[in-house]
This record gives sequence, C-alpha cells and structure tokens, in this order.
Amino acid sequence: MFGYYMELALRSLKRSRALTALMILAIALGIGACMTTLTVLHVLSGDPLPGRSATVFYPQLDPRDMTDYEPGTDLPDQITWVDGMNLLRSHRADRQALMVGGQVATQTTDEHTDPFFTQARYTTADFFPMFDTPFRYGQGWSSAEDDARSRVAVISSELNDRLFNGQDSTGRTVRADGNDLRVIGVLKHWRPVPHFFDLNMGNYSGSEDIYVPLGTARDLHLARMGGISCWGKGSGEESKMETAQCTWLQFWVQLDSPAKASAYLDFLTHYAQEQKAAGRFERPANVRMLDLMGWMNDQKVVPGDVRLQAWLALGFFAVCLINTIGLMLAKFMRRSGELSVRRALGASRGSVFMQLLMEAGMVGVVGGLAGLFLAWFGLWLVRLQPAMYAQLAHLDVPMLCLTIALAIGATLLAGVLPAWRACHVAPALQLKSQ
Amino acid sequence: MLTDIFPILSALRRHRLTASLVVLEIALTCAIVCNAIFLISDRLGQLSLPSGIDEQNVVHIAVSDIGKFGDTHARTETDLAALREIPGVVSATILNSVPFGPLSWNSGIRLTATQKVSTVDSGNLYGEQAGETLGTRLVAGRYFNPDEYVWLDDVIAHRSKQPGVVVITEALAHRVFGDGSALGKSIYIGDATELRVVGVVEHLARAGMHDRNGIDFSTLIPLRETTGTNGSFVIRTQPGQSGQVLTRAVEKLKQIEPRRVVVEQDTYGEIRAKHFAGDRAMAGMLVGVCVILLIVTALGIVGLASFWVGQRRRQIGVRRALGARRVDVLRYFQTENFLLASMGIVLGMVLAYGINLVLMREYELPRLPFVYLPVGAAVLWALGQVAVLAPALRAASVSPVVATRG
Repeated sequence: MFGYYMELALRSLKRSRALTALMILAIALGIGACMTTLTVLHVLSGDPLPGRSATVFYPQLDPRDMTDYEPGTDLPDQITWVDGMNLLRSHRADRQALMVGGQVATQTTDEHTDPFFTQARYTTADFFPMFDTPFRYGQGWSSAEDDARSRVAVISSELNDRLFNGQDSTGRTVRADGNDLRVIGVLKHWRPVPHFFDLNMGNYSGSEDIYVPLGTARDLHLARMGGISCWGKGSGEESKMETAQCTWLQFWVQLDSPAKASAYLDFLTHYAQEQKAAGRFERPANVRMLDLMGWMNDQKVVPGDVRLQAWLALGFFAVCLINTIGLMLAKFMRRSGELSVRRALGASRGSVFMQLLMEAGMVGVVGGLAGLFLAWFGLWLVRLQPAMYAQLAHLDVPMLCLTIALAIGATLLAGVLPAWRACHVAPALQLKSQ
Repeated sequence: MLTDIFPILSALRRHRLTASLVVLEIALTCAIVCNAIFLISDRLGQLSLPSGIDEQNVVHIAVSDIGKFGDTHARTETDLAALREIPGVVSATILNSVPFGPLSWNSGIRLTATQKVSTVDSGNLYGEQAGETLGTRLVAGRYFNPDEYVWLDDVIAHRSKQPGVVVITEALAHRVFGDGSALGKSIYIGDATELRVVGVVEHLARAGMHDRNGIDFSTLIPLRETTGTNGSFVIRTQPGQSGQVLTRAVEKLKQIEPRRVVVEQDTYGEIRAKHFAGDRAMAGMLVGVCVILLIVTALGIVGLASFWVGQRRRQIGVRRALGARRVDVLRYFQTENFLLASMGIVLGMVLAYGINLVLMREYELPRLPFVYLPVGAAVLWALGQVAVLAPALRAASVSPVVATRG
C-alpha cells in the first residue's frame, strides 16, 4: 500500500510541477531560516557544564557603602579579595574556587623565541575538579600549593602545541612576564560555551591558555584583566587590590545537594550579617546565590539580537507554512474529480486521506533536505559575521535531526487540513458535475 | 468595480478556508514587514550617531609592554615627542578610551557632595589635550590649561590630588543643568571630588555599549594617561594622511622600544565600523528576510489565484458569453485580491502593533511610528496587485466558448 501511495503521490506531484516547486521552496526557505537562527540560539544558550551545572553556584555579596544605595539595587557581579578569601578558607562548600582573568607575555626558557601575549587565569586548586576540565598530561595544583604560592602553571593544549610541539611538557618551564613557572598539567581542548566563569572576558570568549595559582600571580604581579568596580576610597591601584574597596574576583562553589545549597545560602547570609555587625559592610545584609544557568540567564548572556532573529525566523516559518497549506488545499481540491473516482470505486475515506498525507510528507522530505542545505548556507553566512559568537555557529547532530523532523512534521500538519477537506468532498456530486 | 464587490464577497464565502488562509498570510507578512522595517531604520539610525570627533583624520594604536620599566612619565613624554615629529601629525596623545571604542571608563555624576544617588552615569575620557587631539567642537568655555593636568597613575596611587576642572558635552550639560549655562557650575564624581565645568563640547560619544539616550553623556577630565594604565596612542593627522602616518607611527614606537607589542593599530573609521558591525549585520539580515518574505507571499497569492482561475473557468466562460468584457473579468480578480489584501492589512496592523508592544517591552524599542502603517498597507496592496496580474490576465483570456463545453 505504502509503495502504491508513494507512486500516486509522485505522479501527482509531477503533474503540477510549478505548484510542487513552490511548496518545496516555501518549506525549504522557512526551515532554512528557522534552523539557522535556532542553531545559533541552541549553541549560545547551551549548558557549558552538562550534568554538573545544577550543582555549581555563584554566590554574591554586597560590601559597598551607602552611596547610591537604594533598596532592591543589583548586587555587584564580582567579589572583593577579603570576602573571596574568607569564603574560600571557610571550606563550607564541596568545592570552591576564587579567580580572576589576566594577560601575560609567555615564552619558553629558550631566549631566542619572542614572547607573545596569552590570556591567563589566576585561580585556586578546586577550579579544575569543580569545572571538570579534561587533562591531557599531568594534573592541577593542590590547595597546599595555593597556600605556598608555588611557581606552577597549567597550560592549554593549544599553548602546549605552540611552545612544546604537543609533547608531554609536565616538569618543563614556561616563562610568564619573565617569571619561570613549572608546568604541572596540560589540558585537552576545553572551551566552555558560554565562557561562564568570567563573563568580563566576553560572553563567548575563548578559554585561557595559562592557569596560575591566584596567590602566585599576586606575588609575581602578573597583569590582571577584567571588570573592576570600586566605591569609597577604592581606586584600583594594582599593588593594593587585596585591601581595596573594589570587587574584581569571581567566586564559584560546588554544592552537591539542594540541602547543601540551602545550608550554604544560610551561611552566606550569616556571613553578611557578621560583616555588617563588624562594621565592614554598611548596607543591610543582602546575598544571592544563583546556579550556573540561572547566572547565565541573569546576565543576559544570549545576545538579544539572536533571540530576535529566532522569533523573526519563526514568524517567517509561519508565513511559509500558511502558504503551503493554501497551496496544498488548492492542489488537493483541484483533484476532487480524481479523488471522487477513487472513492466511488471503493477506496475508503481513510485511504484517500493517507494517500494525500503521503503526498504532503514527500513535499516535507524534499523541502526539509533543501532547508537543511539552506540552513548550512545560512550558518556559513552567520560565521562571516563579526560577533565573537559567530564562529561557534555549527550544525550538530540533534539540530540536524530536528531540522528533518520539523520539516516533515510541519508539512504533514500543513497537509492534514487540506487532505481532510479533500476527502470529505461528496463523490456523487463531483462525478455528476463533470 | 464597486458593483463587483457583492458577487465577490458571496463567492469568497464559498471558499472561506482558502480566502482566510490568504488573509492570514498577508496579515502575518504585513505585521512582520512593518516591524522589520522599523527595526532596520532604528539600526541604521544608530549607525549615523555622531562621535563628535574629526573621524577622517584620527588614528589609534594600542601597545602592550613586556616586563617592568622605569619612569613611565618620562617614557610617555619621549613616545609622544617622537610621534609629534612625524610629518603629517597634527597632534598626538595617550587616551584612556576612544568614542565607540571597546574600553570604557564610567562614573556616576552627582550635583552635590552629599547626594546619595547619582543623577546620571557618564563616560570619562582622560588624556593630555584629548579634546584638541580628537577634534571635538568646543561650543562654550575653554579646554584645559597645562597646569590643570595631573598624571592618572599618581592619582590612582594617591600621590597627587584629583584635578578640579572638567569639560562636558552639551547633552550632559542639558541633562544635569537644564537649559542654563553649565560654565562655572560643579559636578561631583567618585569619592566626592568636585569638578568645575570650564568648557562644553558639542558631541563626544562614549566608549563601550550604551543605549542611544546615554551615548553622548561624556566628560573630559585633565588627567595625563600612560600606556601603563591601559592608555593607547591617539593621533590626529593632516587630511588624507592617516594611512601613512599610522604606518610611520607604529614603526617609530617599535623603534623606541623594540620589546613592546603593538596590539591594535587602526584608523578611526575601522573602530567605528567594528563598533557597529553587529547592527549593520542585523539590518542586512532584516532586509533579506523582508524581501524573501514578500516574495514568498507574492508566490502564494499567484498560486492560489491560479487555482481559483482554474476552478472558475466555466463561470468565467458563462460571464463572458453573457456579455462581460475581458476587462470586466480582469477587474473582478483584481478587486477580489484588493479585498483580501485589505482584510489582511487590517488584521496585520493589529498584529503589527501587538508585536511592537512585545518588542518595546523586551528590547526597549520605541513605539512603532504611525507612518509605517499606511506605507506597509500600500506595499502589500501593490504586492497583491502585481501577484494577481498574471492569473487575472489568464482568466480574462478565457474564451466564452468554454461555457458551451461540458
């Protein structure tokens, strides 16, 4: 039966080539536009730590003075050195890491090579296990090395390729701003999208190339980069950042169960109250702790334009679909005569309906494939755009399947109404009128 | 033409489903196109925001130093003196940011030292002779005297006091002081530092991303910048010499200190293009979508009109046999399309306003100006008429003989 319907559908589609082509074009354009924008949205709003993001949280405090205070104002996006260190040393979470971005001139001990600037991250031991960074060689440092301010570094596989030709470089020396650091670990390619742990670097910036213990970086005066927000006497002078009234660090915690998360929130509230009682905080105690995806949402990481484009494409798809419904209706109704003959010869309403749906489905398959091609072309156009996220726009397997499914599903849906109308035409009336 | 309306309406009532699909398609297209065109004009409007500077002749060089170095003030003076010697250079300085550049320095502005909540947020531009070098237009007062400048790194390290004077933009003066003259009045920034306004410039766009209402709220503060505090070189050149001066300046800076890395070197046009690249890409994409959308809708109308013509060949033949002229048949289909388009447009206008309300809430867009509605309507009416012409002509060519065939 399936083969027969298929043959009938093919024959009918061939009979009115222009109309068929028009339907396929409409579906392809709609699908192409939709999948292009949805793929970008899908990539940009993805989970940077699949499976772990619900247990990773970003605590916020409000250590500012009363200037510009209004109840309900937003909390600072970052944390001060004092608070960061207090929270880090209290070890109340399963894992915790304090960090800031930077930039260092990097080279090997070979004096003949020129140094070049690389993005750096100064952080503490738990960074690697908490964010589950994949290691190619070696491992991260321990909190003992944090405390000792050891001269060690973890480097990215890209930097390892550039400096050490991709060999196991653990134990060798990398020179950062003229300071010798011992390589203790080399990461595999790791680029979380978005760059969630420090949005100051750009929401979709690439990963850092060199990781150095925070204390070591401060000892060596490695250049800090990123946002800084000061109040009162805070001035952002690099040598006094430890005591400055400025927020400039990011602090992340891992809390493995909801009970631990609520306990940690209590701890934070308690900490803020304590600081206020001690006179360090002036504002009423105000804390917040969002999980990773909540923080991405709060920071409006996905660009507004990308959402807008997705809505626009959906609207466009709706127009294309209505267009297809109209054309299919026209096509099916034009064949009332033929359908009536089939009905009069004993075909049930159901089998006529199935036959017509088959025809719609075929339009969907061809339209979907053409749409896939258009989406591929569309994404290529997106990648030509200047935005930082543009290069990330690639079709992946789930989106590929979704494209085909959406195309077939949408055309079948578009076929239901016309097919239903067509198979309800009274055969006798049609045959008589001819 | 009017006499056709009632027969058309009664015919459409018999094709309610098809007719309503056409109406719905036109309505959606109308709503989307109206809003898209509005978005396009909004984006293009941003592209022409004034920076307030002599854009043609300004170039920018950012460098990064490796390792520690001695007297940063002396080094800065040496660099700038060398740059000023290059033929074609009008003025050279180090600034903390450039209009529409990526790096921005901002602070809240208060009107009294004790005011708790800032009146407005402004962008701050630091650098010796910043206004003179960028070529901003002074509309009142003066720029800074040499003795009013202090080194930024000294201020950061609390080695010297904050400067006491400021130059602000007209927009900021108007926002803070209303219609009266701003000269001689004071504003407070940061830790209750009083700054007396000594000059007003016409425009000076802020660096970083800001909405268009705040983009012109800028101050010039007499702080001398160094590359050590993230400042970068800005040079104004003689007209038409920006390209060669940029090359020479980079060579010169490398010559003075071979170990420094030139991170960026661009003409101001490139900085501006980079800042608005996203808006331009979005506008281009919207234009593309509008065009394709209109084409799809037109093709849909062609398809359905052709179907109707095919279905009604006998009736057309009968009308022709009963004395209707070709032009009457043509008119019939044109009027029919006009009616459908009108219904679609009315529905589309309502939808367009609905979408605009959502956009206003989600994307802080202004309200859709009324003028878009008649323009949108005219476009869709025209589109419908063009699309229906071919099928209508085919209908008009149906011969009366058709009526006599079974």
